[in-house]
Amino acid sequence: MNRRSRLTASALALALAGLLPAACSSSATPAASTSTPASAASSAAPAISGTVTVFAAASLQKTFTSLATTFEHDHPGVTVKFSFGGSDTLAAQITQGAPADVFASANTSTMQTVQTAGDATGTPTVFVKNTLEIATAPGNPKNIKTLADLDKSGIKVALCAKTVPCGSAAVKALAAAKVSLTPVTYETDVTSALTKVELGEVDAALVYHSDILGAGGKVDGVVFSTASDAVNSYPIDVLKGAPNPTAAAAFVAFILSSPSRQVLLAAGFQAP
Amino acid sequence: MTRTAGRTGRQRRRRGPGTRAPALLLLPSLIGLAFLVLPVVGLLVRTPWRQLTRDLSAGDTWTALRLSLECATAATGVSLLFGIPLAWLLVRTDLPGRGLARALVMVPLVLPPVVGGMALLLVFGRAGILGIYLDRWFGVSLPFTTPGVIMAETFVAMPFLVVSVETALRTLDPDIEEAAATSGASTWQIFRHITLPNLLPAIGAGAVLAWARALGEFGATITFAGNFPGTTQTMPLAVYLAFQEDPQSAIVLSVVLLAVSITVLAALRDRLFTRV
Repeated sequence: MNRRSRLTASALALALAGLLPAACSSSATPAASTSTPASAASSAAPAISGTVTVFAAASLQKTFTSLATTFEHDHPGVTVKFSFGGSDTLAAQITQGAPADVFASANTSTMQTVQTAGDATGTPTVFVKNTLEIATAPGNPKNIKTLADLDKSGIKVALCAKTVPCGSAAVKALAAAKVSLTPVTYETDVTSALTKVELGEVDAALVYHSDILGAGGKVDGVVFSTASDAVNSYPIDVLKGAPNPTAAAAFVAFILSSPSRQVLLAAGFQAP
Repeated sequence: MTRTAGRTGRQRRRRGPGTRAPALLLLPSLIGLAFLVLPVVGLLVRTPWRQLTRDLSAGDTWTALRLSLECATAATGVSLLFGIPLAWLLVRTDLPGRGLARALVMVPLVLPPVVGGMALLLVFGRAGILGIYLDRWFGVSLPFTTPGVIMAETFVAMPFLVVSVETALRTLDPDIEEAAATSGASTWQIFRHITLPNLLPAIGAGAVLAWARALGEFGATITFAGNFPGTTQTMPLAVYLAFQEDPQSAIVLSVVLLAVSITVLAALRDRLFTRV
């Protein structure tokens, strides 16, 4: 099936999914609702099946994995498959033709890459925001209080590579604080930077607040003053050429729904 | 070419390359060849040659390439230093647990490199089983350093050398060594003057394999040694990061790495294998 006929088919499926609940309930909602994927995704729509392949930023791993369990429970017969990684790696894989249904990125510029390549279907929706924080060993033994403390001799710091969202956010935060910092490593995604702190290989890393919360006491978080200059917005969108566009739209709508937002907020993300 | 009557089986076998291949073997072999060669061709076809000069003049590329070559060579050196004695030990001695040791040597060959890097981190890292003492007593921390890269590369590359030398040792006729022993030569003299010279081709082949494996090492390096330009960012890491930001530039870097490794392998091949 080529891209156009697949799109036609998905539009048809969306229309059907949108009409079904309308036909059941007596309130005649106008057919215009079919243009928004959200209406197709209400858990009343039984039309979805198969596998949804979601490419998501590494920082979403914990929340998305647990949310997917709920989604699969709501939609028997649907399986959610994830590829978690640095957003830029995922974006590169998508623009090189990886068969993904949904992309959730840790910043808007990475999503922009995918949009520019013509691989996003519509306007990506920002569903959460995330703030950087300094992760230290439990109890903060090196007594790190500010970004400037990271530049002291004897302090080993891991940063994300500037190609990944946590890295570009770190660049902004450090510039705003006028701190120039030489880390011992530029990690390729936020979770590997966090792991280096958990293992005690570095004294600190700049990671997201949600990662520190997710680490459950294995690291401490230190809030710094210029964190507000480095807030990342997380957009999500269905991808063009998605093998399963109906289920993809349902998954995106599910992530945008308010129960999902509660899960994300509880995990340390901020409302957009 | 038809088979001539009267030619012995041995002669026929020796003629190898001229033999007409049955279609049953020819087709899969060509598919196999195409599968191995096509990706490399694809890389060359998609190379933005105009960008090549620009990317080559970037200092980062040379830094990463030099580090790659230095670390791979150092890892090969370390592998030779410890791998040859290890191979000898595995074949020529009757120490208890030799069979187990032989199996353990193979483990890095099948272990995912990332797991290898993790394991190295847990042992030699600043908070690792041994690393904690290195740090406490000598102030030495291996992760995020160039020696860390060499360790990661040696971990994945040394088994190639050991296996290559071990196989050759096993096929080496022990009679010569025994004859030397009965004439009063010491074990070290036998090893130095008889065993080692006979092993040279295998050592050469093993060293080339180990060097090539070390040059391409990615997973163990990024996990154990991290990624910092100039100290731990080797070419494979540079390629991976470039792929995220600028895929065109990643292709250019890949072609550079490909060209360098093929050149070195070809040069070594002439030197090492003509004697075989």
